Amino acid sequence: MNKNIVLCGVGGQGTVLASKLIAAAAMKKGIPVMSAETIGMAHRGGSVFSHIRLGENLHSPMIAKGTADLVIGFEPGETVRMLPYLKEGGQVIVSSREIMPVTATLSGTDYNGEDMTAYLEKRVENLLVADTEKACTELGFAKVLNILLLGAAIQSGALGLTEEEIQGAVRERLPEKFHELNFRALRYFAGKSFHKE
Amino acid sequence: MHKEFLMGNEAIALGAIAAGVNLVSGYPGTPSSEVLETVAKRRTKDVYVEWSVNEKAALEVAAGAAYTGARSMVTMKQVGLNVASDPLMSLEYVGIKGGMVVLVADDPGPISSQTEQDTRHFATFSKLPCFDPTSAQEAYEMVQEAFEYSEKYGTPVFLRPTTRVCHGYASIDVKDTEEYTVHTAEGFVKDSNRWVIFPRLSYQNHIKIEERNVKLAEAFSVYPKNKIYLADEKNAALKKGIAASGISFTYALETLEEMGMTRLFKVATPHPFPEKLALEFLDGLDEVLCIEELDPVLERELTYLCGKYHLPVKIYGKLTSHVANAGENTRDSVHKNITEFLAESKQADAVEQIDLPAPALPIRPPVLCAGCPHRASFYAVKAAMKGRKTIFCGDIGCYTLGNAMPLDMVDTCLCMGAGLGIAQGVGHMEPDTTCFAFVGDSTFFASAITGVVNAVYNQAEMTLVVLDNSTTAMTGHQPHPGTGKTMMGDVVQKINIEAVLCGIGLKTVETVDPLDYKAAVDCVKRVADEPGVKAIIFKSPCIAVSKPEHSMCVASEKCINCKKCICELGCPALVIQDGKVSIEASLCTGCTLCAQLCPTGAIQKREPVKCMPGKEVKTEPADTVDGVQNNCTGGCSHE
Repeated sequence: MNKNIVLCGVGGQGTVLASKLIAAAAMKKGIPVMSAETIGMAHRGGSVFSHIRLGENLHSPMIAKGTADLVIGFEPGETVRMLPYLKEGGQVIVSSREIMPVTATLSGTDYNGEDMTAYLEKRVENLLVADTEKACTELGFAKVLNILLLGAAIQSGALGLTEEEIQGAVRERLPEKFHELNFRALRYFAGKSFHKE
Repeated sequence: MHKEFLMGNEAIALGAIAAGVNLVSGYPGTPSSEVLETVAKRRTKDVYVEWSVNEKAALEVAAGAAYTGARSMVTMKQVGLNVASDPLMSLEYVGIKGGMVVLVADDPGPISSQTEQDTRHFATFSKLPCFDPTSAQEAYEMVQEAFEYSEKYGTPVFLRPTTRVCHGYASIDVKDTEEYTVHTAEGFVKDSNRWVIFPRLSYQNHIKIEERNVKLAEAFSVYPKNKIYLADEKNAALKKGIAASGISFTYALETLEEMGMTRLFKVATPHPFPEKLALEFLDGLDEVLCIEELDPVLERELTYLCGKYHLPVKIYGKLTSHVANAGENTRDSVHKNITEFLAESKQADAVEQIDLPAPALPIRPPVLCAGCPHRASFYAVKAAMKGRKTIFCGDIGCYTLGNAMPLDMVDTCLCMGAGLGIAQGVGHMEPDTTCFAFVGDSTFFASAITGVVNAVYNQAEMTLVVLDNSTTAMTGHQPHPGTGKTMMGDVVQKINIEAVLCGIGLKTVETVDPLDYKAAVDCVKRVADEPGVKAIIFKSPCIAVSKPEHSMCVASEKCINCKKCICELGCPALVIQDGKVSIEASLCTGCTLCAQLCPTGAIQKREPVKCMPGKEVKTEPADTVDGVQNNCTGGCSHE
């Protein structure tokens, strides 16, 4: 299995942890992994991304445009930004909730996630829009966006990893008191039809 | 051997530990910081590790260890090497006994640096051998080999990864603890003819260094990590080749594996250049494209060889505008460079044919975090100095972000510690300007103290503002002399900034909490009007390492929607929702600065509320993994 995955969002949303969980789950299956992510000054409130590559004969942790099998977008606008990496027929998972940049608040510019989601719906054949706001409310916990989206990616089938495999990675990497909640978040989209706004 | 999923920097740290390193010193700087942090985390019990006060101190500490025969490593980013260059240039003439690796991380782009300088040039300049890894796995092996070469040839050596190697992750093969080399130092042996640099010794050693580097160039020609990849059958007759190094090599290799292999030269040791192997690569070729980041080092070396040996080979790259001369290469840019080179014609930039153009994307420049005490400090100075002719000289750290609108409080920024000198220079030329220099606590210790001494001695008129958040925030919260913690895990005496300033002779040094708006403004007004050199210490911990107590909310019946809070502070937690000012509870840390500014008292402490009817939101602390904040953006309000 060779797979290119892009995770994108805004600094602080938990993309790094999500990419580590994918990597840990893949390594457990003996699949070689490479990844690259934004670290440093760009991190605070800025656009961030992770490239993850699974499979044999990889040399570079960075992927070429038009070659991502899966884009997991933590924010609609950031997902549009990373769309050039998606390959034809690739899968996109996007969280419907937008994050206002400080610049938009200051200048009164109108940025809204719905325009971005609407654009994605027109451009992307295989799109799943995850209503993470509703999910967080139903779960009663706010800090599980990354796990929710991983769950949605599992449901789409494009991740190539199972719920059990990601669960194993959660067990290894997170403190025990968070396990149950994260497992619920991981399962949240199972059997649910994705809400389209 | 076993497999681990490691960042390039972690791989370098584990490689050094496996090579039996005895001492590691350094100063934080992106993209190098994780090397030393990983050494501290994974070291065997007899490895000594420290964050030094700056790169010069770090390099001297590592040199001292190498004088005893110990293996040592010093870590820094590329601009840090400028600070350490004084001892380094001389150290090469003296030499070392134990292996010494100088880890300098370069930053093409630049992604988080002031310059795009190339440490490979520094290698030529200082005459040090240089290793340039292409991947995390290679960096792991290379650091171990670097120690061997260093000891064998009696010279410190550079290991010079770039950002994408430092911060790229890979599942790599690493040694088990039982496989680690144990290196025991012989001890320092007195010999003033060896360890004391004098003009005559420098002359004699200069001759030896030049002879050694000729030998090293030969040794590097058979160093397995310098390698020629042969063209495949289809391209066997093609008289074109590609030379590449660093992460760009991996982009080139993947591109060629897709398109068909041409002859490819991987350069792992840019200095001394592996001349013999390079000649073998050039043999029979008509044209060569050099793909590298930062400066055209390979390109100049190959061009030089073609001149030296009268080879009819055209060398292309940055100097010939075939490759971009600034910024980082990408998988896509390298693909384009190679395609054009092999097709013999320049392709027009492919315009992406998209029927549906994307809507305008939000711009997200890095900003000070919600609740950051620096915002309050800058705002207090701004408010206190309103209407006066001022200059605000900034420095390197999170607080450089004070330049963004609406604060707009950084008029200059050059390099670490420079704000002090710049403020003095401006003040000497423009006595009617009220001059401020802002410096963080870690930067204060690293490089500002001499600037203060200079100001006092030379009768400058200026106000030093120390933004003391009790950590080195920008690079990932490393301890420093003011924090009282070391990387060995010891709790030691804190060095008191106020006492240092008083010791230098400042008559006015005031410490104030920047989050107490009125007290902070009064303090700035008072101190700025004192004569000579005086200082304000704004003391409040970084919010990324302190726990928020509560968050704030807007009482909509009191809010007149004047937007003063938003327009004056630019805090990411202050947003407009449905046309009204609102506070993003998941970001707010309850610093209360906006509440203190609000003309109608509409911003109040948020009472414990329920996120949604019937759903009480838990108040677990922020889930942090590997230092990365995992903030909610799910839209729930939680206290």
